[in-house]
Amino acid sequence: MAIRGIREYDGKKLMAQVLDRFSSKPLGMNPNYALVTPETDLEKLPVSEPWLNTTKLVVKPDMLFGKRGKNNLLKLNATWAEAAAWIKAKREETVTVSGVQGRLTEFLIEPFTPHPEDKEYYVAMRSFRDEDIVYFSLKGGIYVEENWDQVKEIHIPTMKDNALVDAKSVSFEGQLPVEGAEKALVEDFVTALYRFFADQGFAYLEINPFTLAEGKVVPLDLVAKIDDTASFEHLDTWGTTLTFPAGFGHHLSPDEAKVKAMDAKTGASLKLTVLNPDGRIWPMVAGGGASVIFADTVADLGYIDELGMYGEYSGDPNEEFTYQYACVILDLMTRKSHPKGKALLIGGGIANFTDVAATFKGIIRAISQYADKLREGNVKIFVRRGGPNYKAGLEQMRSLGGKLNLPIEVYGPETHMTNIVPMAIAALQ
Amino acid sequence: MTQSYQLFSKNTRAIIYNLQVNAVQRMLDFDYVCRRDKPSVAAIIDPNAKQGGNHKVFWGTKEIIIPIYSSIAQATKRHPDADVLINFASFRSAYATSVEGINEPTIKTVVIIAEGVPERRARELAALAKARNKVVIGPATVGGILAGGFKIGNTGGTIENIIESKLHRTGSVGFVSKSGGMSNEAYNIIACNTDGLYEGIAIGGDAYPGSTLLDHLLRFEANPEVKMLACLGEVGGTEEYRIVEAIKEKKITKPLVCWVTGTIASKMKGEVQFGHAGAKAGASNETAEAKNQALAEAGVIVPNSFDDYGLKLRETFDKMKAAGQIPERTLPDTPAIPADYNALKAKGQVRKGTNFICTITDDTGDEPLYCGIPMSKVVEHNMPLGELIALLWFKKRLPSWGAQFMELVLRLTADHGPCVSGAHNTIVTARAGKDLMTSVATGILTIGPRFGGAVSGAAKQFSEALRKGQTPLEFVNHMKNTNVNIQGIGHKIKSATNPDIRVTLLKQFARENFPKTPHLDFALEVEKITLTKRNNLILNVDGAIGILFLDLMASGGDLFTEQEKAEIIEFGILDGLFMLGRTIGMVGHYFDQKRLRSGLYRHPMDDVLYDLPEPSELGYDW
Repeated sequence: MAIRGIREYDGKKLMAQVLDRFSSKPLGMNPNYALVTPETDLEKLPVSEPWLNTTKLVVKPDMLFGKRGKNNLLKLNATWAEAAAWIKAKREETVTVSGVQGRLTEFLIEPFTPHPEDKEYYVAMRSFRDEDIVYFSLKGGIYVEENWDQVKEIHIPTMKDNALVDAKSVSFEGQLPVEGAEKALVEDFVTALYRFFADQGFAYLEINPFTLAEGKVVPLDLVAKIDDTASFEHLDTWGTTLTFPAGFGHHLSPDEAKVKAMDAKTGASLKLTVLNPDGRIWPMVAGGGASVIFADTVADLGYIDELGMYGEYSGDPNEEFTYQYACVILDLMTRKSHPKGKALLIGGGIANFTDVAATFKGIIRAISQYADKLREGNVKIFVRRGGPNYKAGLEQMRSLGGKLNLPIEVYGPETHMTNIVPMAIAALQ
Repeated sequence: MTQSYQLFSKNTRAIIYNLQVNAVQRMLDFDYVCRRDKPSVAAIIDPNAKQGGNHKVFWGTKEIIIPIYSSIAQATKRHPDADVLINFASFRSAYATSVEGINEPTIKTVVIIAEGVPERRARELAALAKARNKVVIGPATVGGILAGGFKIGNTGGTIENIIESKLHRTGSVGFVSKSGGMSNEAYNIIACNTDGLYEGIAIGGDAYPGSTLLDHLLRFEANPEVKMLACLGEVGGTEEYRIVEAIKEKKITKPLVCWVTGTIASKMKGEVQFGHAGAKAGASNETAEAKNQALAEAGVIVPNSFDDYGLKLRETFDKMKAAGQIPERTLPDTPAIPADYNALKAKGQVRKGTNFICTITDDTGDEPLYCGIPMSKVVEHNMPLGELIALLWFKKRLPSWGAQFMELVLRLTADHGPCVSGAHNTIVTARAGKDLMTSVATGILTIGPRFGGAVSGAAKQFSEALRKGQTPLEFVNHMKNTNVNIQGIGHKIKSATNPDIRVTLLKQFARENFPKTPHLDFALEVEKITLTKRNNLILNVDGAIGILFLDLMASGGDLFTEQEKAEIIEFGILDGLFMLGRTIGMVGHYFDQKRLRSGLYRHPMDDVLYDLPEPSELGYDW
């Protein structure tokens, strides 16, 4: 739950559908955009989107990265046949963007709008703790950075005159450095855009550039970040289908996908990111805060290269989910053995609600199941936990070591939370 | 008189929004071990409890009640001494309720527990609180605690942990963190390495917390009771730089031990989403490493890793202690909190006798069991209603003809027109404007020895006759000699020449489906005898039902023991069949009258024979 990037397609579609609500005059935004995903049948797309055959098109990857022109990932002024051929070719390539390798899977298609280069405007909006800032420049497009001194900033405070500022009352009339025939249109647009931004849960919105054609505003390139916690306020406009895609090149491994699927099924939180399958330190840590600190400590003590994963389980997952989650980790860490062995950290702070003994049941089941592999792999287990019923939980872990003939060291709140990290590092030497 | 740096004291009282049973009890347990004079929870707001009410909680070994109100305005009006609103509203309603709290003049601090409050809303709450000179803690927080004084909600975990971490008595360390999940751990670390916590606050993991790390550090700085400061920051955001600035400007002078978590983030390739919304480093100066470095450079005591955090606290504390900057503190004598029954029960350490026994239905599992049979099986196998009734009434599995007989009885007794006493009462009551339950109840109340109740009576008399081996004639004579009416024989309207179709149908069903019918055979012989006396002394419907039920039980082999058979009759279970069936009709009569908009019924006077005594006959001379 946080600020997350959305696709350019979703941003432009949302704008086309909703922007007029925030404008005194209809702005008539172009409603024609198409998103191509790996499931899209390019032969059938013009049936549902007939405009593809009647206008010249722009095609670009829509995967939360920018600078597509510089990376030669922009097809301009194309017929549908050319656009489709371009997509087919690009789908087959592996590309590198900002050092990250990946396949291109999503593309945005929109009508091509020819325009002179000096008719490219810049507008961006961002939320801060006490205010929103709107940035506007007549020199948009690729020149905005070198002309940053010409960007006009307008600050909209959260509170004014001891009252919350209502975004719907904000107007930029007479405040933008734009003159002549375009003045009214640009001011209307930026005013509506800000109201849209504030009302629709945006944290960041950048249109660079937009241009004007036939008395209408045409957004050419759009980047947006949305606060996904606001979804309950916007079911009417976001719908239930607005997606928050992972960054480019981010592909889940089968183990990560398995945990993600488990996470989606439970109200609790189960997370896994494999960092190094050959790593020798595997933290299975309860709680979001504690899990970060365990990973930090491994890294801060100089052993980040040995860190197998980042993950967490929290929100009181039931025994079955805890068991399954533990199995994924135990499986991952016992696939390859290392002559000096490996370490499993069953860590966590002092829980507030979670019954420690109950959650340990699932972990104990998994350890019992993997006991042979853990012994073969020379895995040492370190446990540190506190919270409701922790004494019983720790006792179960202690007796498990004896029962299964596994080296399990068990600590409670009297031991500093991360002390098992240096212990594990020492044991691996 | 409280100072502005003091949000809480040992007298602070709070209003809890939403009935959080465990959190309230945990607060009161804390209060009790701290020997507070008054419970810290003054009132509870339950927006669903329109009429208000009371909530029962333990205060040590005793129980006390805390008033429940339906609105913040009511609660603050009745409890002006409560200046903290602990808001457990969901993320959907947290904003509106918190705004209301901030705007209440008596409320000084609003704690917002909900996770997932939209950032724009959180930002507005922060701005509004600032303008109104109020403090907001959260959203997305567990709260905070004034050691030995006041505890917000679930902060500190179990009472055992609170005592182990010495949170029930005051110490010297002011602590603030983003993460609420780590606060129990931090309090434990503080207890292990210093003389304990003075006050701890978790500001919440969101991007725009209502109050910031710095806000609380400045309060601790101003509070002479706080001797040293401890803080846990987090990757993302620039809040820690404001602390650096405050130190540079000498606004913070007390020793501060701080660690910014999330150092791993910048060391990992790609982007990993951590648990907290605010914990996302965008710019390079928002990394944990950059912030730790800036803090260290400003003179903050920054460990090399979290692993040394306790050590740094200890070193700092020991130095101050040696310099005589820390007062001596003694552990207070702490009253024990009685163990919670449910907790002990879960551990198998306590038992108690039950006051109720139930042997027919179990609703404690995932699905209700009817006599051990899961409800889903009842539906899956399309269990006949008659079989289901027998399960719940007799705890027996009836053969299918037996179940069909039960259903036949329900069909035949479903209604018998508006003039019989049950329907009549229902109608009159309905017409008096009473509700469904009352109207039908007045009808059911007429079921008894004279109306419908002959089912059990007939079963009783006829089973006795057969048990004694009487002949039909002996039975009739015996009844006559003892001056007892034969139950189940006789009808007001029906007669031998005008037979009751219901009885005919029952007899027909039994002949076709029952393996044997000894009681019916006997009763029909009795009927032959009684008919010789009067034409309407026929086997009536009550009698037929009761007698055929005896045959049902007799035909079931070992299904019913002799004792069970006797009990079924004695307990009036058979009258239950009539009542169940006829309730269908009485409900129908109620709805019928409602649909008809029938007015109040007044019985016509000319339908009553008025015959009163003279006063003089009673000895009055007035």
